[in-house]
Amino acid sequence: MPKARIKKYWEAISEATVQAMEMNPRLILMGEGVDDPKGCFGTTLEAFHRFGSARVIETPLSESAMTGIGIGAAISGHPCLMVHLRNEFLLLGADQVINHAAKWHYMFGGQTSVPLTIRCIVGRGWGQAAQHSQSFHGLFAQVPGLKVILPSSPYDAKGLLISAIRDPNPVICIEHRWLYEKKGEVPDDIYSVPIGKASVVTAGCHVTCVAISHQVHEAQVAEQHLRRDGIEMEVIDIRSARPLDIVTITNSVRKTGRLIVADIAPAFGGFSAEICAAVSELSFAELKAPPLRIALPEAPTPGGPTLENQYYPTFEHIIQAAKRLVSGKHARISVERAPSPSPEFSGPF
Amino acid sequence: MLRIRRVEEAIAQAYPAKEMRCPIHLSIGQEATAVGVCSHLQKEDHLYSNHRCHAHYLAKGGSLPKMIAELFGRVTGCCQGKGGSMHLSDPEAGMMGASALVGGTIPIAVGSALSFSLDRNALVSVVFLGDGATEEGVFFESLNFAALKKLPVIFACENNGYATYSAQYKRQATLNICDRARAFGMAHDQIDGNDVESVSVKSGLAIERARQGKGPILLELRTCRFRDHVGPEPDTHLGYREERELEQWRNRCPITRLEKQLLSGNTLTEAIRAQWLDEIDKEISQAFEFARASSFPGPKEVLTDVYAESPN
Repeated sequence: MPKARIKKYWEAISEATVQAMEMNPRLILMGEGVDDPKGCFGTTLEAFHRFGSARVIETPLSESAMTGIGIGAAISGHPCLMVHLRNEFLLLGADQVINHAAKWHYMFGGQTSVPLTIRCIVGRGWGQAAQHSQSFHGLFAQVPGLKVILPSSPYDAKGLLISAIRDPNPVICIEHRWLYEKKGEVPDDIYSVPIGKASVVTAGCHVTCVAISHQVHEAQVAEQHLRRDGIEMEVIDIRSARPLDIVTITNSVRKTGRLIVADIAPAFGGFSAEICAAVSELSFAELKAPPLRIALPEAPTPGGPTLENQYYPTFEHIIQAAKRLVSGKHARISVERAPSPSPEFSGPF
Repeated sequence: MLRIRRVEEAIAQAYPAKEMRCPIHLSIGQEATAVGVCSHLQKEDHLYSNHRCHAHYLAKGGSLPKMIAELFGRVTGCCQGKGGSMHLSDPEAGMMGASALVGGTIPIAVGSALSFSLDRNALVSVVFLGDGATEEGVFFESLNFAALKKLPVIFACENNGYATYSAQYKRQATLNICDRARAFGMAHDQIDGNDVESVSVKSGLAIERARQGKGPILLELRTCRFRDHVGPEPDTHLGYREERELEQWRNRCPITRLEKQLLSGNTLTEAIRAQWLDEIDKEISQAFEFARASSFPGPKEVLTDVYAESPN
């Protein structure tokens, strides 16, 4: 029986990093703050202690060049793991990610691959405001040549990150900061979770909730409430946005006929739209109602706590959506706001 | 240089037949920079380029038939018909790739150099960039990191005075591009990019220095593009540069200069030159035949190689 212990999400990421770097002595880690006393919210500290500055490389504030440098190292035989403390910083490297990393294998006729993994921290925190909380999984998932993963549990964080590092393609790993302190069982040994396979977190027959990243936890809370009210919700964790496991999703919708998509980004043009469109195309006959999206409002994230509270959808929205779908009534979703932030949230900021 | 010139002229001549359906950015006039620098490179050194990559690709040892086939969009092209003229690549020859996004390959070349420095293998990475690329933020970011880590990368800037039709003085606060390196304490030099011997000597020193771990260098190679920014035609009729200016540069054509020198020194005879031309033109002709005889990629190829397969 392989040994497993309870670990936090950030510890699982750290473990994945260290074990991957042990297994492949050519793997290098780069980012702003990877070697500082906080070690990217603990995720790079152990790696720096173990492997030093030769392989854990502190970078200047040059996101565009550093992404390109990661690409160049990766294609030259040094697979590269990079980290951005906020997904927004990666936007400065968007040209390199989208126009170069994603295209390199295809446009050069399959001659060279780019084993580059870029970790990005996203999501609600403590007054992160407009520029330190966005998740661009939808943007990057739109680009053929990229892969996008969003682990929601410590087990998946370690396993998906290992898969991403081993993958010869550029992979963006989206990590919600409210997941960092979450605990779960994580095997001590190295293992991988396949990219492109969703997981059915709870089974149910009345409504399907496809949840993304931290919304998986909100959906699980909602599921417990709903079960007490006699509604069974099947919660699916997509785990990766590209490739997307549409088969697991449509199998579920075939059973329930009702779909909620809970995302950590706005709805308009967002990744939730892709899931709804794909399900509508493939499972139209099985749908008893149009899909419902639980997503961020069409506004930048406000900084103040009361507005932030107003801004973010929670399990209460998912409950209301499920009840609305099951009852067939079009009652407006109105929710009494939970206090912010979540009691166990203590960072990362 | 002669080979590159004849290839580019052959492409220019064939272009109006519309069999090469991609934008072409010819290197005519800029042969010395490519040849002078690449003459010091091994197969295992990495070369990166930009949309104007034909000379670099050939000087590094890229396959000529595959290059022409690529321009013709054939499956036998160096990129299986998926890249076109602006994205030539022959990794076996160390020609890693070219980007049509100005400045795009600069940091990638630095990444190769980082890999080489971690392996301590005395290999170097070279990136050819234009004067326009030196205005991109990523250029400065890349110089900083290369200097900081003393990486074996050569930033070979071919300054031909124009970014498309925009003259350098309209875009840059100071015109000596080589001086940008001073901000990072980096070695730099300004070279007559139309004197292949000068290019060769100076870049040879720079490359050797980099191999010894003494760090990166910014070389500003002043040169001239004889034809239009894109396409096969001359372009003085457009009016953004004077015929007189072009004439001065043509009088300093890198090939004519070297030939004159060699002919007068009796190292080269007209007979040998004619023989070279004959061999070169034959090789080019065969490459075009190969391209025209090759098939196009099948429709399914649109969706292949989007991702690399995992080894297991």
